[in-house]
Amino acid sequence: MNSTNDLPVKSAEETQALVRKSLARRYRAEKRFRAYGAAAVLSGIGFVIFLFGTILSQGASVFRQSYVQLTVTYDAEVIDPSGARNLDELVTADYQALIRAAMRERFPEVEGRPNLRELYGVVSSAASLELQQRVVADPSIIGSRETLWVLADDTVDMLLKDKVRRSAPEDERRLSDQQIGWIDALVADGSLKLRFNAAFLSNGDSRDPEQAGVRGALIGSALTLLITLSLSFPIGVGAAIYLEEFAPRNRITDIIEVNINNLAAVPSIVFGLLGLAMFIALFGLPRSAPLAGGLVLTLLTLPTIIIASRAALKAVPPSIREAALGMGASRLQMVMHHVIPLATPGMLTGAIIGMARALGESAPLLMIGMVAFVVDIPRSFVDPATALPVQVFLWSDLPERGFVERTSGAIIVLLLFLMVMNATAVILRNKFEKRW
Amino acid sequence: MNQTAIIKPVPEGTRTIGDVTVPEPVFSCRDVDVFYGDKHAIKKVNIDIGRKQVLAMIGPSGCGKSTFLRCLNRMNDTIVGARVEGLIELDGQDIHEKRQDVVQLRARVGMVFQKPNPFPKSIYENVAYGPRIHGLAGDRAELDEIVNLSLRRAGLWEEVKDRLNQPGTSLSGGQQQRLCIARAIAVNPEVILMDEPCSALDPIATARIEDLIDELRESYAICIVTHSMQQAARVSQRTAYFHLGDLIEVGETNKIFTNPQAKLTEDYITGRFG
Amino acid sequence: MSPSILFVLIVALSVLAFQLGKTRAIAMVGGQRRIRDLHSLPGHYGLLTAMWCGLPALVVFLTWVLLQDAVITRLVIAQLPAASQALPDAQLGLLLNDLRNVVAGDVPPEMVAPETRVAAAQYAQSRDIAELALTAIVISIGIVGMLWVRAKIRPDLRARNSYERVIEILLFGCSAVAVFTTLGIVLSIVFEAFRFFSIVPVTEFVFGTNWSPQMAIRADQVGSSGAFGAVPLFAGTLLISFIAMIVAVPIGLFSAIYLAEYAPIKVRKYVKPLLEVLAGVPTVVYGFFAVTTVGPALRVAGEAMGLPVAGESALAAGLVMGIMIIPFVSSLSDDMITAVPQSLRDGAYALGATRSETIRQVVLRAALPGVVGGVLLAISRAIGETMIVVMAAGLSANLTANPLEAVTTVTVQIVTLLVGDQEFDSPKTLAAFALGLILFLVTLLLNVIALYVVRKYREQYE
Repeated sequence: MNSTNDLPVKSAEETQALVRKSLARRYRAEKRFRAYGAAAVLSGIGFVIFLFGTILSQGASVFRQSYVQLTVTYDAEVIDPSGARNLDELVTADYQALIRAAMRERFPEVEGRPNLRELYGVVSSAASLELQQRVVADPSIIGSRETLWVLADDTVDMLLKDKVRRSAPEDERRLSDQQIGWIDALVADGSLKLRFNAAFLSNGDSRDPEQAGVRGALIGSALTLLITLSLSFPIGVGAAIYLEEFAPRNRITDIIEVNINNLAAVPSIVFGLLGLAMFIALFGLPRSAPLAGGLVLTLLTLPTIIIASRAALKAVPPSIREAALGMGASRLQMVMHHVIPLATPGMLTGAIIGMARALGESAPLLMIGMVAFVVDIPRSFVDPATALPVQVFLWSDLPERGFVERTSGAIIVLLLFLMVMNATAVILRNKFEKRW
Repeated sequence: MNQTAIIKPVPEGTRTIGDVTVPEPVFSCRDVDVFYGDKHAIKKVNIDIGRKQVLAMIGPSGCGKSTFLRCLNRMNDTIVGARVEGLIELDGQDIHEKRQDVVQLRARVGMVFQKPNPFPKSIYENVAYGPRIHGLAGDRAELDEIVNLSLRRAGLWEEVKDRLNQPGTSLSGGQQQRLCIARAIAVNPEVILMDEPCSALDPIATARIEDLIDELRESYAICIVTHSMQQAARVSQRTAYFHLGDLIEVGETNKIFTNPQAKLTEDYITGRFG
Repeated sequence: MSPSILFVLIVALSVLAFQLGKTRAIAMVGGQRRIRDLHSLPGHYGLLTAMWCGLPALVVFLTWVLLQDAVITRLVIAQLPAASQALPDAQLGLLLNDLRNVVAGDVPPEMVAPETRVAAAQYAQSRDIAELALTAIVISIGIVGMLWVRAKIRPDLRARNSYERVIEILLFGCSAVAVFTTLGIVLSIVFEAFRFFSIVPVTEFVFGTNWSPQMAIRADQVGSSGAFGAVPLFAGTLLISFIAMIVAVPIGLFSAIYLAEYAPIKVRKYVKPLLEVLAGVPTVVYGFFAVTTVGPALRVAGEAMGLPVAGESALAAGLVMGIMIIPFVSSLSDDMITAVPQSLRDGAYALGATRSETIRQVVLRAALPGVVGGVLLAISRAIGETMIVVMAAGLSANLTANPLEAVTTVTVQIVTLLVGDQEFDSPKTLAAFALGLILFLVTLLLNVIALYVVRKYREQYE
């Protein structure tokens, strides 16, 4: 059996020669392999940069908007022919006529209906709303003259932001040559320029790109997340505490565990189907409302929060539990007084990550009807609303050039929120994470 | 024998007691230092390792014997923050020299670890792995022969010849360790390093490995780190005693165990600490 | 009394109960200084009292509020003239909608039919009665519970144990929510799917190759043959997922390998989170990216090479989805690779294997089950991904393997069928649930297998 007498197949010198011979080939393979790895990492980083670069370059301009400076006469003949200063009349008056008059005054040389219509097209239809608000707020200005900045049309905005090519043939542009001429004239005398666009953050949705803002979607998201957080955090933490600290090891807890792990990987749209069939059809909750949306997102984020909270509880060393139990504390007292305080940062981190996921989620919200075109800012949990990512989806579908910019702008706002949330989670983790 | 031509001079100021040199050494180490970050793990160690004999390294835990062993085939390269200084020559050639290839070095200096670590492959593939990557076998028949021979020399052939295609992890701990030895032998190395090869094994398996080491000594230089003084006494011809990164004493095994020169060695051997 | 005020009232009553229970317990043993004679702390008696006061009341309150509308609606319908009751569900729904608008004051009563006006009045009246009854019932439940526990308080009453038992049951309830969610998903989807399969045979749905659900809107064509063959959707889903995997698996796996085995610690520290940023980007952003950037770029590239690329191509959707999944694959692979014990690497290095030989032949070999599990999870993700395909893949149910053409997927069809106005009975709507059932089952199967494989893998090296 012992075979120490067997000689090696090759001598040491032969072996070394063979090893040496193999080296060049093997080091080439090594280099290649390493290059694949580096290429993969670089392409990953490249995607990140490209993605963010695209969004930023398309959307950063949304925070500036083209405004036209007009000198408007609040002509009593036009807006208050009766002279009664009756509010109802003032609200419904034809403010568009004031804008038209102001534009004719600025370009007296323009004549003929088609030309005039083109001229009026330079100003946004939102401008008359602005005048209406001013008059309703202070009827005493009727009869006076005022120079003010009003929104320009989105086509003008796109031109000023160099998002359309001037050199394109006239019939492929949405602005005619003479409109461009007027625009250039206005720009030349400083009465058409890009100004800070606060409206993007303070307006609701609109069919006109120049008026559309994300406020409605932001409030909708906030209301939805409020419901989600206030339900999924307590339930998720409760479930984690039960499974980690109280649950006996038996079939039921096994089933619950497997269940949670599987739920975490169920496609989000399936949760949408659940919401539609359950919350809307069965319980009769209002469609398109943050209430139903919040409930669906609660179920969606619950597994994430449970899993993160369990990890946080697991990280508390058993010695602390034993110390508490050894003092005669009950199981619940041990958990409440010792384990939970130590696990809180970890559980909060989990909750924030869960909320970040909920904030970016749109598919299940489509299912329960939060895709409606909602102009009004929602004021309660049962008002029709939409959410920020759904607003992105809605705008991305619209044909106007100006909405591409709005969409990217909304994405920037969305990503900013997500960044703040994730950064908070990271800071929380780094600051409070203890290594036992 | 002209010893002066072969023995590399030992730097002055070495504190090691006993004769650190041997004639025609396979390894000769001079002023070897190892640092892990700021920690000075090995301090100015000088020692030669002779051909066809077993050198045992003993000492209390954390004394640096495993660290020193890992210098010999440059396994410390894989540890981030580890730095080796000094001269280590294999057959008169500096192993840290630029043109010394680490792959080739490790093909010449095999290693067996504390815990058996067979690859998640079949028994056959475990042994064939080394010859395959180094291109040692011209064809399948030759590879079969190498595997067969290596398993025979590791004393494992009779036990596994009918199940070469089963995973290496299906073997018992002692068998796994002999598989790892067979795996090392298959590359036809000149030196085999063993890092506490029996610490995870039961006494019967340990005895088999010790017999095996004794047989392998006829073809290879073997360097074994062990925690067990009995084992060192049983299998080795020379013994080196390490203490907190210093090499305290080197000498023939029976001399070290019967008549140690250094106080520290004596205390350790008589069981006063360690 | 409006539900929100009632809720506040229940809470206030519970606070009162707490005080009552606490002072009662202290009084029982004759003062603050003798509380050692109590079995539990005085606060525990208070908590127990508050619990028995508030919890039953809350349960009744919530169930009532949840069911009230449905019950009253049914009552009102029963009161409607026979002619209205006989209306098809859709028109009945419209009538009820009018009714609710009138009750809510959104629509003036004179604008609806007279019988609706009567019903609305009935509705409003029933609701007022219901709310009054609810208030009475809930408050009395609270008071009875409070007094009952108060009467039971003795020094040897094991208040803490009872209270902790209830808390434990509540915590169990929290974890049972997960099970109920699954149950809810299964029940709601299966129920609707079966209604669909009673109209359209399962075999036709699973094996049919013609998908045009729009035809079925016309009442006389319900279930007309061939309209609900889902094979083109399955094929489209698989095609896009396949493209996504071709992008994500090599890039994800190789980045994980590079970062785990080659990159210096500093590089790893910064690059890993950077790649994970891709995982945190909402899918709707990827969809937008696919539509506005990748799609047009592919078309331009296709034109340059003389290939016809559809405006909404499977390739664009698949590529972008692949990018989205990269961090998913890479972080799972990273976990698996770092779980391979160092001793195996040492074994290979000690034999003289190069780094790449060690990784390819030992590390990856050992990590294979884990990596495969991770890829399965990634596939399940790709199949269930919705927004990217809704925005970038298109609606045409082509049965094709050409990635340059437009295809549609299961998730796209679910969204298309369900977004907008719908009735719950048309096969068109129900088809979405049938698709949802398939989607749920397939992803569930993939997840179960993947989680099992990954768990076995982890146990091996623990």
